[in-house]
Amino acid sequence: MRYSHTVRDRTYTFDGLVDLLAKAAPDRSGDRLAGCAADSDAERVAARWALADVPLTTFLTDPVVPPETDNVTRLIWDTHDGDAFSLVRHHTVGELRDWLLDTAAGPDAATRLSALAPGLTPEMVAAVSKLMRNQDLVSVAAATSVTTAFRTTLGLPGRLATRLQPNHPADDPTGVAGAVLDGLLLGAGDAVIGVNPASDNPRTVRDLLHLLDDIRTRYEIPVQSSVLTHVTTTIDLIAQGAPVDLPFQSIAGTQRANDGFGVTPAMLAEANDAARGLARGSVGDNVLYFETGQGAALSADGHHGTGGRPVDQQTLEARAYGLARVFDPLIVNTVVGFIGPEYLYDGKQIIRAGLEDHFCGKLLGLPMGVDVCYTTHAEADQDDMDTLLLLLTAAGCTFVITVPGADDVMLGYQSASFHDVLTTRRVTGTRPAPEFEAWLEGLGMLDDAGRVRAVDPGDSPLRELTAKAGA
Amino acid sequence: MSTFWDPLRHRTPARIGLDRVGDAARTRHVLESAEALALARDAVHGSLDVDRLGDELRALGIGEPVHVPSAAPDRATYLSRPDLGRRPADVPVLAPADLTLVVADGLSAEATALHAAGVLAALLAELPGDLTVGPPIIATQARVALADHIGAAQEARLCVVVIGERPGLSAHDSLGAYVTWAPAPGTADSARNCVSNIRRPHGLGHADAARTLARLIAGARRIEATGVQLKDTSGRLTDG
Repeated sequence: MRYSHTVRDRTYTFDGLVDLLAKAAPDRSGDRLAGCAADSDAERVAARWALADVPLTTFLTDPVVPPETDNVTRLIWDTHDGDAFSLVRHHTVGELRDWLLDTAAGPDAATRLSALAPGLTPEMVAAVSKLMRNQDLVSVAAATSVTTAFRTTLGLPGRLATRLQPNHPADDPTGVAGAVLDGLLLGAGDAVIGVNPASDNPRTVRDLLHLLDDIRTRYEIPVQSSVLTHVTTTIDLIAQGAPVDLPFQSIAGTQRANDGFGVTPAMLAEANDAARGLARGSVGDNVLYFETGQGAALSADGHHGTGGRPVDQQTLEARAYGLARVFDPLIVNTVVGFIGPEYLYDGKQIIRAGLEDHFCGKLLGLPMGVDVCYTTHAEADQDDMDTLLLLLTAAGCTFVITVPGADDVMLGYQSASFHDVLTTRRVTGTRPAPEFEAWLEGLGMLDDAGRVRAVDPGDSPLRELTAKAGA
Repeated sequence: MSTFWDPLRHRTPARIGLDRVGDAARTRHVLESAEALALARDAVHGSLDVDRLGDELRALGIGEPVHVPSAAPDRATYLSRPDLGRRPADVPVLAPADLTLVVADGLSAEATALHAAGVLAALLAELPGDLTVGPPIIATQARVALADHIGAAQEARLCVVVIGERPGLSAHDSLGAYVTWAPAPGTADSARNCVSNIRRPHGLGHADAARTLARLIAGARRIEATGVQLKDTSGRLTDG
């Protein structure tokens, strides 16, 4: 199918859905690298006009990535809910944008948007996002509600949770525990306390799992922990009896890219079953933790679709959410600015992509978080992160990553700090997850307004937290 | 001011225990971070002193170093076009060897200048005598996969790349090392093993990194593979 549109006196043609989606995408370095970006702003807007007229049913017959060679497409199609889709079946992409914005501003928005979620495919959601301004992405995401639970309940309205990320460049247990203490004293950790180990050595991973679980049980903290190693390592550790709350895995939107990660849907199903079988949750049984990010498929040379054409990175990112939602994860986050300037060049592109990813994930029914972050080789700085963090909080983001002083000393990039979230919670009136908030309250860590007190850690009930870490 | 955090700061370079002003960090901390970002960005845009590194690698006694520029002609292109950094401008003619050693600038030439020769010296001392080692390759404007082309040209069984990691605020001089079995263009990243955060004083030391690499090399030769099948089993679980 060829698509075309005329802007003034010039007619632009697009060779199929893959080409049309790519040309309609906001400008970003990764699509230029892949060779699929629009050549001009006029071509981009022509693609958007043409995309607006594409019937949603087209996405159920014209695969972006062929199902014959891609298990992500097969999962997306096999799990598509035709009844839910009937709410918007007769709409075009442009009409879906109008429906979403109208619904978001109307009564029962969260209920209606949740009912639609299983009827949308990732490609439909990616397509409509390309017709939406940043404000639209915030508007619809804010009206969407996705709730999951393990030991805390995440995604409730008016809440902003955090992953406490206490990474250490050599996995030193006391160093990790010091960062955990710092985060807890600043009200962080309610989505997960999650360490990226420097080593993939199974014993190191097991030691970190025990370290975090010991802290949790000693202080009776309603949180979950995760050590972010390959899912096969975690499956082995569960069999060894290690205290695993949330198996983790990076995933992408094509089978070939997931092959690059050494991961298959069967492995994810096995991890999901194994961790649920431990029944370690107290208020829910969502157990998986996924990370994704625009550019992951391209970096693994797994970005080709129908006709061998490169698929734009944002559509592929949405497809990763299609894979994720099959497993009802506790949390998912895009690592939006982490992958580098060859995919998202500067602060403007990172902010746009963060809002797109959050919107797409949430609309597809995922408990969506964002690592509000950048690397030192991108044209971005902490000002851009402040902007994105505030926008995402307005959009009802489930959680964000937090590290001491915004500086991850293991992975070498900048995210949000514990302080950044304190500020954001205050100015937006958002609060931690309820179980965790009650724990903070019980230890006297909150003031009368429910805000985290500034205390001398030597006077805190947590002051001995790091004492046993090296033992 | 509290001294609670002082002992913990000896155990981690993380910015823990920052003083609060309201919900924010104190001015001093904000300026410290801004300064660190400035230094890191300058490191990203720095270049490798190939002659000086060549002298250090020559002293290892494994042959005359060979400089292989990538297909990325300059730093700006390197940053936005990783595909060009993954292949050499020209593949050199090299004698066959079992093990290809590549020293690459990556995203921090400073890390490579500080640590590459030390890690390779320690690694050579750990290697078994039955492995033939090719001359050190110095790759500039280079990414990890460039070494696959060199390894294939040497018909090598194994390739070790040491490469400057992306600078962060606390560490702009951290080296990574990658081990790849049967290197060939198109090798997936999941088919490599990585040792990261080689730096001083808070990261992995040269000798420790070399021992880990030697274990990975021995394991790779045993199972004839690298990647997710090969784990560093120095800490193998014994109870299962």
